[in-house]
Amino acid sequence: MTPVATSAAPEAAAPRHARGDDDEARLRAIEERVHAGERLAFDDGLFLMRTPALHRVGRLANWVREQRHGDRAYFVVNRHLNPTNFCVYDCKFCAFYRRANDPAGYRMSLDDVRRVVRDEFERELTEVHIVGGIDPKLPYAYFIDLLRVIKEERPDLHLKAWTMIEIEWFARISKKSIEEVLDDLLAAGLGSCPGGGVEVLSDRVHAAIFPDKLSPAQWLDTARRVQLHGVRMNATMLYGHIETDAELVTHMVRIRELQDETKGFMTFIPLAFHPANTELSHLPGPTGLLDLRTIAVSRLMVDNIDHLKTYWIMQGLGVAQVALRYGADDVDGTVVEEKITHDAGAKSPFGVTQGELVRLIREAGREPFRRDTTYSRLTPV
Amino acid sequence: MLTATRTLPDLDPICDKIAAGTRLDAADGAALLRSDDLPLLGELATVVRDRKNPDRVVTYIVDRNINPTNVCVARCSFCAFDRLPGDPEGYVLTHEQVFAKVDELLAVPGVDERLIARGGVQVLMQGGHHPKLGIEWYEQLFAALRARYPKLHVHGLSPSEILHVSKLSHLSLDEVVARLRAAGLNSIPGGGGEILVDRVRREIAPGKAMTDEWLEVMRVAHRHGMMTTATMMYGHVETQDERVEHLLRLRELQDESLAAGKGSFTAFICWPFQPGGSELDCPKSGANEFLRMNAVARLMLDNFPHQQTSFVTQGDKLGQLALFYGCDDFGGTMLEENVVSAAGTQCLITIGQIEHCIRAAGFEPMRRNMYYERVAA
Repeated sequence: MTPVATSAAPEAAAPRHARGDDDEARLRAIEERVHAGERLAFDDGLFLMRTPALHRVGRLANWVREQRHGDRAYFVVNRHLNPTNFCVYDCKFCAFYRRANDPAGYRMSLDDVRRVVRDEFERELTEVHIVGGIDPKLPYAYFIDLLRVIKEERPDLHLKAWTMIEIEWFARISKKSIEEVLDDLLAAGLGSCPGGGVEVLSDRVHAAIFPDKLSPAQWLDTARRVQLHGVRMNATMLYGHIETDAELVTHMVRIRELQDETKGFMTFIPLAFHPANTELSHLPGPTGLLDLRTIAVSRLMVDNIDHLKTYWIMQGLGVAQVALRYGADDVDGTVVEEKITHDAGAKSPFGVTQGELVRLIREAGREPFRRDTTYSRLTPV
Repeated sequence: MLTATRTLPDLDPICDKIAAGTRLDAADGAALLRSDDLPLLGELATVVRDRKNPDRVVTYIVDRNINPTNVCVARCSFCAFDRLPGDPEGYVLTHEQVFAKVDELLAVPGVDERLIARGGVQVLMQGGHHPKLGIEWYEQLFAALRARYPKLHVHGLSPSEILHVSKLSHLSLDEVVARLRAAGLNSIPGGGGEILVDRVRREIAPGKAMTDEWLEVMRVAHRHGMMTTATMMYGHVETQDERVEHLLRLRELQDESLAAGKGSFTAFICWPFQPGGSELDCPKSGANEFLRMNAVARLMLDNFPHQQTSFVTQGDKLGQLALFYGCDDFGGTMLEENVVSAAGTQCLITIGQIEHCIRAAGFEPMRRNMYYERVAA
């Protein structure tokens, strides 16, 4: 293993002093441009990540949010399914994966999957979020059949399955093209793709902490092909580890550029890094300030993706509620059975009830809407 | 295009008042509490916070809780810590047990003679209303602590406990405060403030000091030159107007005490009622409410120099965010906390984490004593 620099990029990279006149002028200029519907540049994003005027950034992001969604806040009744935690990739931020022969490893058979769907999936469920490790013991057919099995049991469910990392792996093991893989998955019942696995679109961060996964260019290329093939998806951004403010803003800009081209991203989702039990456990993880700022700046920079999600599993229910006032319009869902972040020490619950999400949304002064995965059916609660 | 469907209160006149440094009234407080515009509330509270604490510093104190007894006859419906006399789970700590807890605090890395000598190490002693522990028991405890740890800061006995001791020992509040102070009590915590409105107190804490009694203990302590703090536990049976009334009662007494020029309140701290294990059944108040309550308190309590964030009930993330909603102090390190944790909520963090949260928010962490003198090495 080659040693890499994995020291934390300090959150307060630039000194956070009292606001100067220059800052005030810059803030006003940015506010005017956002109100006029003009796109912000990379430099603006970097300024917003660093200005001490958190609330001004938050109010502006909230303005954009209310322009798009009014007082609505969306959630989905969903659950997670992680079919395997065996993984050949060695990502330093991950506490979920297990090597072959690790007794803590698991792999669900298709019968296991069928049983879970029959016995544990609630009637109200509308979406299953399916991601797992890169498990070389599982054949290509497994990943196709898994969708088919769930659909056989529950044809009503939307299957949001397999990240770009997995799709590309399927292409490799089947010696098919991405498009052929997608055709197989769509025939088996694929609804859309989750936005994970992209982490930070930075070659430096990629080399340092997730060198085995798709490079930024490869991830973008795969996402482009998936969307051009008619499959909608999300985009995530893992923050609060070794990345710099500039790398986060670059990520937002690159996602925005791809969206200009494809228009297939439904939701942008900043993910708060959880250090426990990972190779980066010496890092403190993001504080509440970075959580809120990342939400707000994402809303302002990623101006062409309709929805911005506060993923409460990672940010915590408290920050998620506050985030509904700093740019976020979606709180993900009931989740149930979250494994990946909890292996990394998350203190949030493994799942919540609809009632809890509704209360959290109402207490934030928003109107709860239950949605389907693609936001095509919205039901006020 | 969608528009906000709810009418929000017009806060412009209040913004102008805050900019001009004009005192807010009850109607202003109620309007602020109704506002969902969280970033605006944060921005306004930050104006006042920065005015009162202009340098980029957030303080905290090295302390621990010691709850000398959990035996209590007050029977508050929100409490999960108390045990009635005769309950096998009831306890009263011996002096040796108290010393052992102090020694644990003194063994914390970074605690040294210099910090102790400057009052930078504190024990927060609060407990139940024990039916048998009168003035002598507390005098002996404080005297023993004073003899063994001459410079340890003893912050103890909330107003309701002091009132309880005065009744039990048939002494005036003046006499109790004077004797406890002479025995070694340094300052008084604002615990048991809950909501300073008798309607609320009769409902949730009928056995404890009523509003005027609670305030009177603080008035007497201030007159004796003692510094005290003030608290608020919200999110149960109180109305928004009663929250405002609570803040106004504190502000009035602080005006009076500051004018008298002896003791006064150093800081205000608020937290939501923690459901779990207690008789009182209501949903847990959330994060937005915590930040809003902090902001409104900072704006209303214009004569309080400091405001503490409650990371023990909120966790490190929201504990930090409250620094953007009026708070300038991270409170105590709370080496042991039994009351909140008895209700199933406990978010203890290390000194290293406290300092990281403060730095990541753009402030410099500094240790302080109860008088908010900075005692960093």
